[in-house]
Amino acid sequence: MNPNDLAVEMKDIVIEFPGVLANDHVNFTLKKGEIHALLGENGAGKSTLMNALAGLYKPVSGTIRVKGEFVNFNSPRDAIAKGIGMVHQHFMLVPTQTVTENILLGLREPRFVMQLKKYNQEILALQDKFGLFVQPEAKIWQLSVGEQQRVEILKTLYRGADILIMDEPTAVLSPREIEELMDTMRSMTRQGKSIIFITHKLGEVVDIADRVTVLRKGKVTAEGESMQGVTKKDLAQRMVGREVVFTIERTEREVGEIVLEMKNVSALNNRGLPALKKVSLQVRSGEILGIAGVGGNGQSELAEVITGLRDCTGKITIQNEAISNKPPIKAIKQGVSHIPEDRTAVGTAPNLSLTDNTIMKGYRENPIGDGWRINFQLADQHTNTLKEKYNIMAPSVRTPAGKLSGGNLQKLILAREINSEPRFMVAMQPTRGLDVGAIEDIWALLLEQRQKGSAILLISEELDEIFSLSDRIAVISEGEIMGVVESEDADIDEIGMMMTGMQLERE
Amino acid sequence: MSIKLRIEQRVEDVPKWLPIATSVGSVVVAFILGGIIFKIVGGKPLQALSFFYQAVFGSWAVFSDTMVKATPLILIGIACALAFKMRLWNIGAEGQFYAGAFGASMVVLVPLIPEDSPKVIVIGMMLLMGMLFGGIWGFIPGYLRAKYKVNEIITTLMLNYIIINWNNFWIFDQWSDRGFQMTATFDRVAWLPRLADYAKEIPAFSGVTLHLGVVFGLVAAVIVWWIFRFSRWGYEIKLIGDNPTAARYAGINISRNIILVMAFSGALAGLAGMAEISGVVHRLQESISPGYGFTGIIVAWLAKLNPFAIIPVSVLFAGLIVAGRELQPAGLSFLLQGIILFMLISSDVLLRYKIRLVRTGEESA
Amino acid sequence: MNLEIILHSGIATGSVLLFAAIGEIFTERSGILNLGVEGMMLLGAMAGFGTSLATNSPWLGVVVAIMAGGILSLAHGLVSIHFQADQVVSGLSLTFLGTGLALVLGEGLTGQTPPLLLDYNIPLLELIPFVGPALFQDHGLLVYAGYLITPLSWLYIHKTRPGLHLRAVGEKPAAADTLGVSVYGLRYLYTFVGGCLAGLAGAMISLSISPGWYSSQTTSGQGWIAIALVIFAQWNPFRAALGGYLFGMLRRLILDLQGPRMLFGIVNPLYVNSNYSFFLIMTPYVLTIIALIFGSRAIARKRAGSPSALGIPYIRGERG
Repeated sequence: MNPNDLAVEMKDIVIEFPGVLANDHVNFTLKKGEIHALLGENGAGKSTLMNALAGLYKPVSGTIRVKGEFVNFNSPRDAIAKGIGMVHQHFMLVPTQTVTENILLGLREPRFVMQLKKYNQEILALQDKFGLFVQPEAKIWQLSVGEQQRVEILKTLYRGADILIMDEPTAVLSPREIEELMDTMRSMTRQGKSIIFITHKLGEVVDIADRVTVLRKGKVTAEGESMQGVTKKDLAQRMVGREVVFTIERTEREVGEIVLEMKNVSALNNRGLPALKKVSLQVRSGEILGIAGVGGNGQSELAEVITGLRDCTGKITIQNEAISNKPPIKAIKQGVSHIPEDRTAVGTAPNLSLTDNTIMKGYRENPIGDGWRINFQLADQHTNTLKEKYNIMAPSVRTPAGKLSGGNLQKLILAREINSEPRFMVAMQPTRGLDVGAIEDIWALLLEQRQKGSAILLISEELDEIFSLSDRIAVISEGEIMGVVESEDADIDEIGMMMTGMQLERE
Repeated sequence: MSIKLRIEQRVEDVPKWLPIATSVGSVVVAFILGGIIFKIVGGKPLQALSFFYQAVFGSWAVFSDTMVKATPLILIGIACALAFKMRLWNIGAEGQFYAGAFGASMVVLVPLIPEDSPKVIVIGMMLLMGMLFGGIWGFIPGYLRAKYKVNEIITTLMLNYIIINWNNFWIFDQWSDRGFQMTATFDRVAWLPRLADYAKEIPAFSGVTLHLGVVFGLVAAVIVWWIFRFSRWGYEIKLIGDNPTAARYAGINISRNIILVMAFSGALAGLAGMAEISGVVHRLQESISPGYGFTGIIVAWLAKLNPFAIIPVSVLFAGLIVAGRELQPAGLSFLLQGIILFMLISSDVLLRYKIRLVRTGEESA
Repeated sequence: MNLEIILHSGIATGSVLLFAAIGEIFTERSGILNLGVEGMMLLGAMAGFGTSLATNSPWLGVVVAIMAGGILSLAHGLVSIHFQADQVVSGLSLTFLGTGLALVLGEGLTGQTPPLLLDYNIPLLELIPFVGPALFQDHGLLVYAGYLITPLSWLYIHKTRPGLHLRAVGEKPAAADTLGVSVYGLRYLYTFVGGCLAGLAGAMISLSISPGWYSSQTTSGQGWIAIALVIFAQWNPFRAALGGYLFGMLRRLILDLQGPRMLFGIVNPLYVNSNYSFFLIMTPYVLTIIALIFGSRAIARKRAGSPSALGIPYIRGERG
C-alpha cells in the first residue's frame, strides 16, 4: 500500500511496562475514510497501542507515520496537533464543569477571559454538522452516559481531528444508543474522517468494521484483514488461538426455597436522585438470577442495599431475616457474600498481604478468629490452600495484594467469598477486564456454587455471561425491573428492548 | 551504546533491609545538613556531635538523663504510631500530654483523695486520671472526625493551644504557689519511684533520676506490639488504614474505631504527661515539654510505626534533646527533626520505585 | 471598646489570614494539600524581618519573604508531585522544617527594630462615613492589596481560561492530561503561589501588623487557622477574606476585653483577675474548631466542595 494513502501507519511498535511486554513488534495501518476495528481480549495491548498513537505513551522502538509524515509524539498535544483525537473508554470529563468548558479545556483560546456565550454558539454549530446534540451549558454530572460520550466525541471534532480513536465506546451504551453511535460513525466517515474502533465484542466488529486487526498477548494475529465474509467464530479464533466455547454446560437443578426476598425496595444514589424504584425480586437456593442492563441503571445501588452499604426503603430479607438498612456486618453474618464491582477500590487492601485479604470476611470466626486474637499461622495455611486450589499466581501469601494481576485478584476475591459456603452471593461484573481463560475459570466456580445450593444474584453488563450462567433473567432499566424471564424462553431482542426501558409484554 | 538511568516501578517485594536503610540514611543526611546549617550560623557542629555522643554513650548519669527524656517519647511515639497505623493524623499528642499532666495533678491539688492515702493509691489514681484526661483530649477530635468528618489534623492542633492555656490558668491562678507561676511541689507520696530512691542500698544509683515511667513505656510497647501483630483489633486498624472502603465492605465499624483509636492514643500521651509530672517535675508548671508531642510524631515515622523500634529511636532523639541543652540556638533540634522527616518521606519513594542502569540499544526482555 | 477600632484592627490582622488562606486555596484547587503553611509563614516572617534589618529596606524584606515561602513550598511540591508521597506527612515535615529554619536563622533577631512597612491613607475613600476610617486609613499597602486580591482571585479561578485549567487539574487531572494540560506543571506552579503568599503573610506580621520577632510566637498558629479557613470558606476567596477579617476582629476584641473596669454595665471579671484572659486566648482556637464543624457539615450536605483530586497523587494512564 502506498503510505501516502494511509491515514496512519504504525510499524514494529514495541511498548513495555515493568514486567510486561504490552506491544511486541506490532504493525497497524489505517486507511482514509475507513472504520478499522482493533480487536483483542482484555490485556492484549489494544489500548496501549492506541495510547501511543494518541501521544500518551512513547514506544521503545518502532515508527509512526500520520498522513505520510513520520511523527514523534511527546505528549497528547502533539498528537492532537496532527489531527488525532481519542475518545476514551473511561470518559475524561470534569464532572463539575459544563460541556463547553470541557471542550475548551487545554486549548490556547480564549486568550484569558472565558467568553462562554460565544463558545456555546460555536459548539452548537459543530453539533449540527455531525448530529451530536448536547446542551452546552449543562454540567457533565447532569448528563446521561450517552450524552457524555457525545461530549467526548465533540472534544475531538472541535480540535479538527480527522483520525478518531474510539476505545470500547459501546461498553456503557444501551442497544439503541449503540445503533445511534454506529450511525454517527458512518456519517463521520462519509465526511472524510477515519476511525479506529477498539473493542472486544465480536458482534460489533462484524456489524461495522471495514477491516480488522487482532491482537493477542501483545502480538498481531491478524493484520488489517478485510471483513468480507469473516464470521464471529473466525475472529474468536484469532483472538484466543483456540476454539472458544461460547456457552458453558449448565446442568439442570432443582431449585430450593427462597433465600433472598426484596419487596418494594427504593433507594437514592450518591447524588440524591432515585436509583432504585420499588424493586421486588426473589432468588432461590440453587439458582442464578441474572440482572441484565446497561451500566448505571441502578445495579451498583442494588448490590449496595443488599450488602448493607446503602440505606433503602422497603424490605430485604435473607431466609426471612431482615438485612435492609443494617450495617454490612449483619449481611455478612447472614451468609451474604459480595463480589464487588470494583475489585481494587472496594474488594481488596492493596498494601496488605494475600493472607490479610483472604481473611477479611472470615476473621471473626473460629478457627482463624480466636477471641481477641487472630491465628495468623492458620490464616497463612488456609490462604496457601486457597492459592493452590484456585490457581492464584503470586510469589507468596505475604505478597501485597496490589501486585496481583486483575485475573488473579478476582480469583482471590472469589476464593474468599466462596470459601465461606455462602447462602447467598451478589456477584457484580465478576469477569470484567479478565481474559478468556480467567473468565472460564470464574464461570465454572460460580456454577459450582450454584450446584452446592447457593443462591446467586449475578449482575452483569455482558449479555453472553447472563445467558450462559443464569437460570432466570431480569432486566433493570432506570432503577426498575422491566421483566423477569426463564432463560430458556429468553429472546435476546426482547431483552435488548427491556434494557432500553420497555416493559415486558407477555402474559 | 550508552548507559542510562531508568526509574521503574517495583513489581517484586521490597528487600527487607531497605526500610531500615532509609530510616538510618535519613538521620545521617539530616545530621550532615543540620551540621552545615549550624556551621553557617556560627555554631560548632563537631562539638555538638560530641555532646550528643556523650548524652547517649557517656556516663551512666548522663545516660539516665537521656532515658528520662526518652520515657515520654516512647509513650508518645507509640501513641502516634497507633493512630498513624489507621491513617489518623494525631498531631495533638502534645496537648494530650498536657491534659494528662493536668488530670494527674488534680489528684494531688484538688485533692481527689485523702492526703494520707498510701503511695500505691495515689500513684494509681494519678495514672488513671492522666490516662482519662489524655483520652478525653483524644476522644474529642476522634468524635468530630467520626461524626462530622472534621479534619483531625487541625482539631488536634487547636486543642493543643486550648489545653495549654487551660493549664496555665490553673497554674497561674487557682493552684499557684504563693503567686509564682507554678504549683507547690507535690508530696513525696505522689512521686514515681526513681532509681535514686534506692541510693542507700545501691550507691551507684545515687543521683540517677530514671523513674518508673520508663516501665510504662516498655509495657505499652509490648501491648501495642501485640495488638498490631496478633489481635483482631490490630488487623482491623491495619485494614482501615490501608483501604477504608474495603474495611467497610468487610463489615468493620469505622466510626467506632476512629473514636477508640484516638481515645487510646490520647490516653497513652496522657500517661506520658502523668509520668513526667509524677516522675520528673513533681509539680504542675507551664513548661513541661520541649515539644515531646511533635518529636513523638517523627519518632513514630522513623520507627516505621513499629513499637519496638520506637524504643531505640526515642533514645536517639532524647540524646538530641539532652545534647541540645548545651546548644544554641534552640531551634536546631526542630530543624533536625524537620530534615529527618522530610528525608524520610522523600526516601519512601525508593520503596516504590527502583533505579536501574540500562544500556540503551540493548534488547530488553 | 470602640467598634471602629475593632473593625480597623480586624481588617489589619485579618489580612494576614486572607493572604495565607487564598494562597492555600490556589494550591488546593490544583489538587495539592499543603499543610506546611505555618512553617512557611514563620520563615517568611523571619526572612522579611531579618532582611529589612540587614538592608534597611522593608520592601526588600517582603520580596525575600515571598521567595523563602515559595522555595520551601517547592520542596513540598517535589515530594508530593514527583515522589507521590503522602501529602499530609510531607506538609507536616515542612512545618517542622520551616519552623526550625526560622528559629535557627532568626536567632538574635528578637528585640531588634528594623525599618517597618509604613501605613497609608486612601484619599476620598477614607471619607466614607462609618467604614471609611476603618477600611481606608492607616493601613499598610499590603492590606489594601488584600482588598484587590480577593475579587481578582475569584475572577481568575472562575472566569478565566487558566482558571479553568486550574480547576480541571484539581478535579479530574486525567481529563486535563489527555488534552495536553501539564498537570505536574500547574500543580508546581500553584503550590509555589501558595508558598509565596504564605511567606508574604508572614512578612506582613513581622513588618507591619505585629512588628517584631518573637520566635514561634510570631505566628502562634495562624498558619493552621488559615488552613482551617480554607475549608470553612469552601475554597471561595471571598468567604476566606470574610472569615479572616472576622478572626482578626476577634483577636482585637480579646485584647479590648481585658482592659476596662466595667463591661456592659457589670464589673469586668478580666479586670478583677487577669488570669481569666487565658480563656479569652483560647477563643480563636475554639472558634476554629467550630468553624470547621460547620464547614465540614456544609460540604457533606452539598455533596460538593473540595476539589475531587485533592491530596491524591496523579499517575498517568492505566494500562489497557
